[in-house]
Amino acid sequence: MTADLEQPVLEVRGLAKSFGDRRVLSDIALSLWPGEVLAIVGESGSGKTTLLRAIDGQLAPDDGEILFHSRNQGVVDLATLSESQRRRVIGNDLGYVHQNPRDGLRLDLSAGANIGEPLLQAGMRHYGRIRQIAADWLGKVEIDAARIDEPPMRFSGGMQQRLQIARNLVTEPRLVLMDEPTGGLDVSVQARLLDLLRRLVADLDLAVIIVTHDLGVARLLADRLMVMQAGRIIETGLTDQVLDDPHQPYTQLLVSSVL
Amino acid sequence: MSAPTAKADTTTGGYNFAYLDEQSKRMIRRAILKAVAIPGYQVPFAGREMPLPYGWGTGGIQVTASVIGRDDVLKVIDQGADDTTNAVSIRKFFAKTAGVRTTTRTTEASLIQTRHRIPETPLKAGQIIVFQVPIPEPLRWLEPRETMTRRMHALADYGPMYLKLYEDIARFGRVTTAYDFPTVVNGRYLMSPSPIPRLDNPKLNRSPALQLFGAGREKRIYAIPPHTSVKSLDFEDHPFETEGWSQLCARCGAADSFLDELVVDDRGTRRYVCSDTDYCDSRVAGGSAR
Repeated sequence: MTADLEQPVLEVRGLAKSFGDRRVLSDIALSLWPGEVLAIVGESGSGKTTLLRAIDGQLAPDDGEILFHSRNQGVVDLATLSESQRRRVIGNDLGYVHQNPRDGLRLDLSAGANIGEPLLQAGMRHYGRIRQIAADWLGKVEIDAARIDEPPMRFSGGMQQRLQIARNLVTEPRLVLMDEPTGGLDVSVQARLLDLLRRLVADLDLAVIIVTHDLGVARLLADRLMVMQAGRIIETGLTDQVLDDPHQPYTQLLVSSVL
Repeated sequence: MSAPTAKADTTTGGYNFAYLDEQSKRMIRRAILKAVAIPGYQVPFAGREMPLPYGWGTGGIQVTASVIGRDDVLKVIDQGADDTTNAVSIRKFFAKTAGVRTTTRTTEASLIQTRHRIPETPLKAGQIIVFQVPIPEPLRWLEPRETMTRRMHALADYGPMYLKLYEDIARFGRVTTAYDFPTVVNGRYLMSPSPIPRLDNPKLNRSPALQLFGAGREKRIYAIPPHTSVKSLDFEDHPFETEGWSQLCARCGAADSFLDELVVDDRGTRRYVCSDTDYCDSRVAGGSAR
């Protein structure tokens, strides 16, 4: 395990992506260690989600390396893997929490099936065990285990988001990417969700990249902060450092605009 | 282009042998060869318009027309029975357009076209069974996009398919899918066995006969070569089971065959008889009736 501390889970170098002749990511570099939470903030259209999607393999970058330290095969460059290789190599080491839980859940299947799906995908074929694990995870994300057979369609927005998080964490990934996980939730539900996330991240020693435009979320959750503008990283550092002493004009504007 | 082979002879009533033109048959045979080479993989083919509506066996008929020869003996069943409209029509169709001998006896047939059943009498080496398939894609209920289901097949991404079993067990305590029960062929491709009852699934496994599947509407052909493993999906703690009946066949007393429930009067009296008419008849004729 000492090797894990010395080696980052994720290291991105020189990442670039264009849509047509529009440059959306230029020269992105970042690294992330186990147990660390990195927040990416920036105005909408600054490339936050595109960066997350590139790391997740949903779109292919034009240039650069995405080095991921997988459990099975050591360090691999995600940017060069084909989809089948990608599945074999990283398996369930990588999770992705969508902004809208409806994108990340099967709304017409039961909550238990939603948590069970990644286990099935990982090859587990024992009904009783899958159900037990699903019930445990419902407890961990504070959903009544009696609702295991209800479809998430009947859940509130906050519960759906917590279910999506359970579904992503059930296979104990090394890295979880979260795209505005608290967007669209009211403030009290947000606070509970953040509390839960903080606890799970500490318990599981997860590495997390969280994209948000809410500086409050970043301050509460993140160890480090990255500020993006127009597809570039313009400022990076410890969260408190960046928020208390922003150097770039844009960051200063962002911090001062918080109500 | 070579000249058309021989003039339609008197036995085929003015049609080309087995109705389809030779070029179409070749195209379909190529698809069948590919399907046999990759067991369980759905091969697209340029399905022809047939003189009957989709859903009546246009896929099966095209496959049959492409593999049938003058020496073949054809049997056609629908839900196990030789005497239902669909079976009679298709049998007559090939008797007229190919002039081949037809039979109702499973043991005498060299080629069997079927809808929704596999005969109870075990098939032998050298026989070919052709299934009519309405929905060839077993992942369709889960994923409506064809591009996505193809990708799932390519990556053997079949975990989500078990969700159907999971939901059944969670809700009813057992798997309730009674027909078209999904199978994995040769340890690789997930395959819909066409809507045969679950009872017939074990008959697919390592069958000595060649099994061909034709879907006319969706224009797909797939196959199980002889002696290929076919495994029905299940969980370790909920193994695959076939259904059973509390009764025997009312005609022949069979305990191991698929029974149809028949309402025989206007007071709801019910009788259970074999759906496979040939199997039932031969048992009655052989004196094994009660």
